[in-house]
Parts: sequence; structure tokens; C-alpha cells
Amino acid sequence: MTRIRFQQSLDELKENLLVMAGLAEQAIQRAIEAYRVRDLSICDLVSRSELAINRLEREIDQAALDLLAMEQPMAIDLRFILSVIKINADLERVGDAAKSISERVRHMEKMAAVDLPVDIPKMASLASEMVRKSLQAFIEADAELARTVLTMDDAVDAMNRAAYKALTKVMEEENHLAAQALNALMISRSLERVADHATNIAEDIIFWVQGSDVRHHKSVILGANDPHAMG
Amino acid sequence: MGVGIEVINLNAWYGTNHTLQDINLNIPANHATALIGPSGCGKSTFVRCINRMHETNPIGRVTGTVRIGDLDIYKDAKPVQIRRRVGMVFQRPNPFPTMSIYDNVAAGLKLNGYSNRRALDEIVERSLKNSALWDEVKDDLKKKSGASLSGGQQQRLCIARALAVDPEVLLMDEPASALDPVSTSKIEDLIFQLKSQYTIVIVTHNMQQAARVAEKTGFFLNGRMVEFDSTHKIFTNPSDKRTEDYITGRFG
Repeated sequence: MTRIRFQQSLDELKENLLVMAGLAEQAIQRAIEAYRVRDLSICDLVSRSELAINRLEREIDQAALDLLAMEQPMAIDLRFILSVIKINADLERVGDAAKSISERVRHMEKMAAVDLPVDIPKMASLASEMVRKSLQAFIEADAELARTVLTMDDAVDAMNRAAYKALTKVMEEENHLAAQALNALMISRSLERVADHATNIAEDIIFWVQGSDVRHHKSVILGANDPHAMG
Repeated sequence: MGVGIEVINLNAWYGTNHTLQDINLNIPANHATALIGPSGCGKSTFVRCINRMHETNPIGRVTGTVRIGDLDIYKDAKPVQIRRRVGMVFQRPNPFPTMSIYDNVAAGLKLNGYSNRRALDEIVERSLKNSALWDEVKDDLKKKSGASLSGGQQQRLCIARALAVDPEVLLMDEPASALDPVSTSKIEDLIFQLKSQYTIVIVTHNMQQAARVAEKTGFFLNGRMVEFDSTHKIFTNPSDKRTEDYITGRFG
């Protein structure tokens, strides 16, 4: 084994990204818990973690940039660093989504609790599972596990569409619930974005491990021949 | 114009050392092909088999077929004929030190009996232009010796010398490894321009250089061709684990 320092730097990059992932995942879970129990102190925690996520995002990008410039990586190492840069951006966006949800919770806390036709905890559970699975795939360099994440995105999209339909109906028909419905709709939209980011992360893992670009190709997700495999 | 090179079951020895084993590949015409691999893997021996230089070593031996265009070089041609069709540039620039710049470029032609002064002038100028050296030396062609040039200029002079005999193939054995980054980038730009007219085979230890200049890359290891594919594929997603381990620096 040569280039020991370079390999150590790649390991450090991976560890830092996992710290980032842990923070982003925790932020989403906290934001949903804040929604569930309407607790503003949890919203404060989400806001604080966003600062840490943003700082870590810059550090990881800088470390990745340094490795690209100094080590001129090739093949799987190059794909790994490119994937880290993209996953890093997606995790930062997951943090943004958590912050956005917690902001909605702040608005909703002042309003009366009502029963809205949307199952936010269920949607959150599915989106969180996608993030968790994609990170597991990252830890284990498991492209097949990453592919299972891609197949989950449609379910979250469908839930978001159903929420949009049901909540706009509430807004039209029950004026006094419009504000609550709008907040719930924005939370649903944020969760749908979290699922999209998990999908992006899974695609980046497949690229890293197998060198295949599966973005925007459902047939590839389902296991057909990859028309965009490198080479 | 360049021609393709077809290599079939090529084997080479230094004494009892079997340095190239069953090499088969097709090098495309008018492209740059890079050969990479750790020291001693056989890549330099391979290029020396393409212009029949390997057999000039008293203990060198070659079997197999190498076709340059339609010419089977081990069957249908003499080494001298081959050298006219296949130019070679070495790691260290080796201009003839006592000759002028002009004579360095014209040396091969004069050896082949060229004596028409005007034709020689034209060829020297064209060769120096093709090697991107003309503008720097045109006023000193006969005043300065080849040895008075900088290392990078000397290497371009050697390229001009190789081009002067109008070869179809240009072999380059680590042509920029002794040069500074600016001279290296000039050589790389030159390779990029020359490949429209010549078939270029470049041996290099600098993988970024291979990635920059070549469309095809072959990876040699222990005298065998492990993988030969598009440069893009080799450097982003190679098929063979040994190639990946080498280019990512896990060995070599």
C-alpha cells in the first residue's frame, strides 16, 4: 500500500461526512418531533444544529478541494471525492429543510391545534428512512442498498401530492384553517425535498461504487442495462 | 498521415528474462495512445519493438507480429526502413551537440541522401513549425548549436528531427519527464496538435499527462497488457482491479 497519507485523508473525509450526515439526520428528526409535540425549545436546537451543519459543509468542501488539487485522485478515489462534495451539499439542504420545518412549527405553535388531512409523521418516517438507508449505503459502500432508496422516492412524492390536494381543499373550503393548512403543506413539501436529497445521495453512492450515472433513469433504478455507465 | 498499428502475440526477451508476454492490441491511426505501468513492466520494451530497436540489444529477442499500416515490420522490412516510418523521441533530449539547429533537424534527411538545398530548407522550416519551435529559433538556425537551447527547446528540436523524415508513427518514451511544467505543457500541446497527422504512442509515468493527451491508454504490468481501453474509462472506471490499484497509487 502506497499513498498512506492520501488514504488517511480519504478516511477522514468520510468520517467528517458521516458527522455531517448524523447532524442532518438528527435535525430532521428533531424538527418532526417539534411538529409532533409543538415544542419550541426543540426548534431552537434545530436552528443551532444548522449553524454546525453549515460550518461542517464548508470544512468538508475545503478538504475535498485540497485533495483534488494536491493529490490528483483517479478512478474510484476521484469518484469518491466528487460524490462527497455532492452528498455534502445534499446534507446541507436536508439541514435547511429541517430548519424550514421548525420555522413552520413556530408559526403553528401560536395557532389552535387542528386535525389536518395529512400524516406528517408517516411522511417524515419514510423520508428519514430514505436518508438513513442512503447513509448506511455510504458507510458500507453498498450500491444495491442505495438502489433500494431510489425505489422509495415515488411513495413520498405520492404522499406529497395527496397532501397538496387535501390541504388546498381545506384552504378553499375552511377559511379559518387556511394558515394551519398552508404550514402543513410547506412541511410536506420540505419532507418531499428531504426524500429528493436522499435520492440524490443514493445516486452519488452508486456513481462512487460502480461508476454508473443513474440520474434521471428509472429503467436503471429497476436494474436494466445502464446506458450511462462510464466507458 | 498516421497509420494504425496491429500487434499480435508479441513476446520479447532480454536474455532469459521474458519481458513482454503475449501482447495483442490495435493502436488506432491519428490518435495518441498512452502506455502506463510501474517501472520494469515492459512498456518501454514494447515501444522499442514497434521500431525494431529492441533487437539491436545483443541479448534482445522478439517473436510475434507487428503491422504498421500494411507493413509487417518483422517480415517485410529492414530496421532502417522502419525507422523512417517510425520516429522516436526519448526521455532526455539528445540533440547532436556540435551541430547547428538546422543541421540537427536535417540530419536524418542528409543521411538518407537528401541534398536539394531548397527542399531541405522547406522541410526544416516545416518540421520546426510542427514542433512549435520555429518562432523561437528561426533567427539562429545556423548560428546556434542544438545544445545551446533550453531542455524544453531541445526536446522540441528532437521532435522536429523525428518529424523531418516524415514518419507515420511517433513513439515518445517519457518525453517530458525531464522537463519543467511550462516545457511539459508545450510538449503536451504539441502532441495534441500532432496527432491529427501522426499516430502517437507515448510512454509516461505521469498519469495526468496520459489523461490529458491520449484517447487510448494501455496498462502494463509484469510484461503483460492488463487493460487497454479509452483513456476516459481507464482513469474514471477501469475494468481491472490491478489497473485501479495502480492508478489510485495503491501500488507501484
